[in-house]
Amino acid sequence: MSKFSDFAKARREGTKMVPVPSVSIMPERDLGRAPALECLHLGIDFGGLKAVDDFNITVGRTEICGLIGPNGAGKTTVFNLLTKVYQPTRGTIMVDGQDTAGMSPARVNQMGVARTFQNIRLFGSLTVEENVAVGLHNQRHCGMATSILRLPHHWKSERWYHERALELLDIFDMTGLAAHEAGSLPYGAQRRLEIVRALATNPRLLLLDEPAAGMNPSETAELMENIVKIRDTFGIAIMLIEHDMNLVMNICEGICVLNFGKIIAKGTPEEIQCNDAVIEAYLGTRKEAEA
Amino acid sequence: MEILANLINGMSLGSVYAIIALGYTMVYGIAKMLNFAHGDVIMVGAYICFCSVSYLGLPVIAGVLLSIVGCTVLGIVVERLAYKPLRDAPSLNVLITAIGVSYFLQNAALLIMGSDPKSFSSIVSLPALNLFDGRLTISATAVLTILACAVIMVALVMFTTKTKMGKAMRACSEDRDAAQLMGINVNSTISMVFAIGSGLAAIAGVLMCAAYPTLMPTTGSMPGIKAFTAAVLGGIGSIPGAALGGVLLGIIEIFARAYIGTQLADAVVFAVLIVMLLIRPAGLLGKPVNEKV
Amino acid sequence: MGIKILNPQTRSTVITYAIVVAAFIAVTVLDGLGFISNSLSGQLVPICAYVCLAVSLNLVVGVSGELSLGHAGFMSVGAFTGVVVAGMLARAGVESELALFALSAAVGAVAAGVIGFLVGIPVMRLRGDYLAIVTLAFGEIIKNLLNNFYVGVDDAGLHFSMTDSSSLGMTQGTILINGPKGAVGIDKISTFVLGIVLVLITVAVVLNLMHSRDGRAIMAVRDNRIAAESVGINVTKYRLMAFTVASALAGAAGVLYAMNYSTITPSQFDFNQSILILVYVVLGGMGNIWGSIVSAAFLTVLPELLRPINDYRMLLYAVVLILVMVVPHLKVYRRVADALRSRLAHRGPAAATEGGEADE
Repeated sequence: MSKFSDFAKARREGTKMVPVPSVSIMPERDLGRAPALECLHLGIDFGGLKAVDDFNITVGRTEICGLIGPNGAGKTTVFNLLTKVYQPTRGTIMVDGQDTAGMSPARVNQMGVARTFQNIRLFGSLTVEENVAVGLHNQRHCGMATSILRLPHHWKSERWYHERALELLDIFDMTGLAAHEAGSLPYGAQRRLEIVRALATNPRLLLLDEPAAGMNPSETAELMENIVKIRDTFGIAIMLIEHDMNLVMNICEGICVLNFGKIIAKGTPEEIQCNDAVIEAYLGTRKEAEA
Repeated sequence: MEILANLINGMSLGSVYAIIALGYTMVYGIAKMLNFAHGDVIMVGAYICFCSVSYLGLPVIAGVLLSIVGCTVLGIVVERLAYKPLRDAPSLNVLITAIGVSYFLQNAALLIMGSDPKSFSSIVSLPALNLFDGRLTISATAVLTILACAVIMVALVMFTTKTKMGKAMRACSEDRDAAQLMGINVNSTISMVFAIGSGLAAIAGVLMCAAYPTLMPTTGSMPGIKAFTAAVLGGIGSIPGAALGGVLLGIIEIFARAYIGTQLADAVVFAVLIVMLLIRPAGLLGKPVNEKV
Repeated sequence: MGIKILNPQTRSTVITYAIVVAAFIAVTVLDGLGFISNSLSGQLVPICAYVCLAVSLNLVVGVSGELSLGHAGFMSVGAFTGVVVAGMLARAGVESELALFALSAAVGAVAAGVIGFLVGIPVMRLRGDYLAIVTLAFGEIIKNLLNNFYVGVDDAGLHFSMTDSSSLGMTQGTILINGPKGAVGIDKISTFVLGIVLVLITVAVVLNLMHSRDGRAIMAVRDNRIAAESVGINVTKYRLMAFTVASALAGAAGVLYAMNYSTITPSQFDFNQSILILVYVVLGGMGNIWGSIVSAAFLTVLPELLRPINDYRMLLYAVVLILVMVVPHLKVYRRVADALRSRLAHRGPAAATEGGEADE
């Protein structure tokens, strides 16, 4: 593996995992503070189908947590529940110790949950900088009348948005693309821009839905380094869905495996790698394999 | 008795709306466009029938058939010339084109037929029904309209569920690209839908002018909008929904005219639409569509 | 060309204002030289009004991405409110035409904005074609209600009625709005200069809103509603904001329009009027403000230019409308356009590499 993943792996190996009283595990360093996210018996039904059922998880304040599982296991549905794109049928979601029941997606974001999307959802006709500025929307206020009348406060805010957006874009070395239309960016850059935009909302918990999809190995390695860097500089929790096992096993501290809407295993990467239920979910039973 | 008479009048007017709305809803379902020219096809149909009866002296049945054929051809031609090139264009461009077609038909009719209203009586010369010792009179036109609407709706439901062409239509309206991959000729299917819709509009035109006998170049536009409203009320894309929406709208309109006032009848009709949509955003019989995230 | 240095946003802003100012100067000069015919000079104020309407509707349709088919309704709310305000002020002894106009336009804008806000609350819960049909319905309802609206003013103040003019209970004073007959005896105080000023105000409001924090949010909601929600944007608030501002601007334009005629009736502000404004916006380009200005002005003048072929002019107008929409999508047109473009591209710097006609 490249030097990037070695770097990430070294960071991860310094972490000691301890059991948490409720239902899950979290890094020792996050003990004594409210977890960034706590789900209890979360579930949603589509028609008669239980798309997600009895989903329990705790994500520590600075944990990088992986959510994996075969296609159609309900991983993205979990993200949609956490961000209230779907209202859950049952269960509780606590963000930073506060129940988010009945909140709108926008309100949940203001509580500190930001996300990216599996099928990229940028503001295609806006520039890269404007995309980030929309992410910064709730970080600084400037009223409609102030803007229309172009009062001094408007110009001051605009300068702030501009500077802050460039700072954030700098994380992914994207300042040079600031004036480009977001819809015309190459695929990898669009994925990175989505992460920057999510970060702009100043989240406590960042949800990444297949951040490495469509990236080549060197791009993925760079992404891994950046994910860890983001966690370290912003001190936030990151939860990610990913099919690239190299990425998941290297940077995730806790992993949660989903199959048919239910959690089938939880633990550290080492535990997950030798968990029979997980192997069965991905590869089928030994009997099927022999047949 | 008065309530019953109003109810029957409402159902009759509603049946006209329903027949127009059926055309609207089918075109919307398959072409995903609001065909604002649909109302003007009604007017063309009525003029064809009027001319063939009054000027050519043909029998009424021949006039009706001629107007159906004329409108069907008109529908296909308009689709080929104006809408087909815009298959992949933004929907607003298609909407504006439809508005252009609407202006064109209205002004062409104005040039050919003049602006003076034509009286369109004596199309249906059957005697009126007298019930309850003459206390309730139902005109033959009303009965005929309601029957025609029922027959058309049943026929359309059968057509779309039982025949190969009908199934192709439903497939196209679900997913045009997938239908094409399955070997369905999307272009001819869309032409077929326009043909059926325009043919129905011709029938609606004749029936409407039999009940409300004034015919002008702008005759079609308000019923067109009302029928569009009816299609949305019933759930746009749904055939029974369009019929239900049309009949309901007609009844509401007649009752509003009778008990609230002629001036405010339209306002009441549209207010009902708004309230309905707020309660059931996909219409009465429409399926809500969820965006995939 | 110094303008090329500017970023695209600033460039289009400069172009927009330049078009309005240039049009104003051109018309003033031509009028001074006597080149403007009577029928055309009668169209100047309506052109300004339609430009304002198109620019404001573009805020809803182009910038916010919602198809609204009831813009004429808000225009009529502004127009009739303006007439009432002007009538009251004239009775109260206000003589300055500028003050009369400014106050009527301001009150008309506020009234239309309030109605737009109230209408917007239910409308913004819907999406797409359903939203379009509901705006159409509200436009028709407003027209119907105004058809049953009677307002008079006398020394005791304003009188309202929803039945007929006699039930206003006035013995003296004037009837300002007379149901289906509309408003009669309006002071014709709109002028071309006032029209241009209103156009500039409208353009400034829309452009400044577009290029601000709130404008970005409005466009973000248009581009991707779900993503906008995910970054904490209150979607309903911003759709409603665009709708309300556009309604208010339409109200002001309605006042300008009304004050150009001695009589206006509610039936003038029907569905067809809304469609007409929508046509300007679509032809000018979604979200393209100067496009709206040019297309509104051009399409208002077009029927005048076609006057020599009076009988056929509306037919021709319809044909032009269809062709403008359809031709760019025809295969023949595309092939010719591509060929021309590549021809031009080859001409310029690399004339040596002639024979580059074999494109594909």
